[in-house]
Amino acid sequence: MSHRRVVVTGLGVLSPIGVSPEEAWTNAVGGKSGIDRISLLDPADFTSQIAGQVKDFDPAAHFGPAESRKCDRFTQFARVASRSAWNAAGLSECNSNPERIGVILGSGVGGIGTFEDQMKVAAERGPRRISPFFVPMMISNMACGQVAIDLNAKGLNYCTVTACASSGHALAAALDSIRLNRADIIVAGGSEAPITFMALGGFCALKALSTGYNDRPTQACRPFDRDRDGFVMSEGGAVFILEEYEHAKARGVEIIAELVGAGMTCDAYHITAPAEGGDGSRRAMVLAMQDGGIAPEEVDYINAHGTSTQLNDVNETIAIINALGEQHARKIMVSSTKSVHGHMLGAAGSMESAMTCLALKHGVIPPTINHENPGDGCVLDYVPNEAREADIDIALSNSLGFGGHNVTLAFRKFTGN
Amino acid sequence: MSLENRVTEIIVNKLGVKAEEVTPEAHFVTDLGADSLDQVELMMDFEDAFDLKISDEEAGKLQTVGAVIDFLKDKGISV
Repeated sequence: MSHRRVVVTGLGVLSPIGVSPEEAWTNAVGGKSGIDRISLLDPADFTSQIAGQVKDFDPAAHFGPAESRKCDRFTQFARVASRSAWNAAGLSECNSNPERIGVILGSGVGGIGTFEDQMKVAAERGPRRISPFFVPMMISNMACGQVAIDLNAKGLNYCTVTACASSGHALAAALDSIRLNRADIIVAGGSEAPITFMALGGFCALKALSTGYNDRPTQACRPFDRDRDGFVMSEGGAVFILEEYEHAKARGVEIIAELVGAGMTCDAYHITAPAEGGDGSRRAMVLAMQDGGIAPEEVDYINAHGTSTQLNDVNETIAIINALGEQHARKIMVSSTKSVHGHMLGAAGSMESAMTCLALKHGVIPPTINHENPGDGCVLDYVPNEAREADIDIALSNSLGFGGHNVTLAFRKFTGN
Repeated sequence: MSLENRVTEIIVNKLGVKAEEVTPEAHFVTDLGADSLDQVELMMDFEDAFDLKISDEEAGKLQTVGAVIDFLKDKGISV
């Protein structure tokens, strides 16, 4: 096995809790929720009327009005977050070979908003009025294509589509690709813009969303709490610059954390429900630890998938216990930053991995807010309501998606060698 | 509003260019930065604005602002 190591040298975040990694981190640590009543559409007829929206996002300010009309919102998020990560990693002044720079970005529902808009046009005015930009705006891989144009990244380039595990898979694929010497730098992560009539209505129909907190949006996402009643949908983008270690060292760029392992499994059980006891998730954690050469006792913190649904939170808890052993599982800290930023679906894995890397860097664990009474079977230390200082070395980030997809990423604190 | 001004307004809106760049000689691709997809949308906008049909063959010939204005005039459109 190759020993090309992979480090994080840049982060870009556009989220309901902030439009930079620093702002999002401050709000995550402060337990400041970004969930609010939906304003992107009129939610009155929907059972769930709340979401995490990216506030004050003006695409025209980034791309100009003509260009922004040709990009679905999920691509706009990807482009802005990627550019921000790129600049943060000092790549705007770097002469790296473009053919060795890849892009892997995930999205669960891609340009679903574009699909809906154009479907209306076609229904009202006939098929000849469908925009020539309909297909290129809608397809989920277009974020990768647009980011490559923006950054002149001519290496490997593709999109991972595994629902809520999409950007977890993107980071895992980037790790593999750099290790295999397919690229030196990969812009990796995901973006999602699902606050649309059909996506919101569809998740409502699945009975997956919180419906009991429409009058108290900031309290709706309450992972591992007794009174949790579903997830809260969010939008945004989170993008990493992953870089081969020697390449990063030669550039003299600051290293935020090291991505040391990934584990990927499938439940092969049910299209939306997790396997009994979270067995797929357990195996993903075990594989990620093995891949990273980590003993279960070394894990200090897990940024849980922690959706705030009844099924996820209890099954993920069992999975953590079975992956680490009960004794160690009860010692470590587990938190769900979804409690503040909501469920960014295809962008969740990279958003939460970004929070995980910043926890390693700053030695602070972001809390699980709205955690008042532990739910049945929710027996771990979920870092309730208050951030905690802790000098940690190893952290895992879990992402689980409809289809039974499970991804765990293992990060190590970077200490200078 | 004159036909020229109406055409200019549509082009400015679609392509995000400045009105003063939209001269009769301006070529959609080489001067105004449009690609083939932008051109398809522009033709749809002209069809909507002036309530006419532009065939693919006709559209293929409309490569400059002036060509569009002449084409519309030939179709008897004044505003």
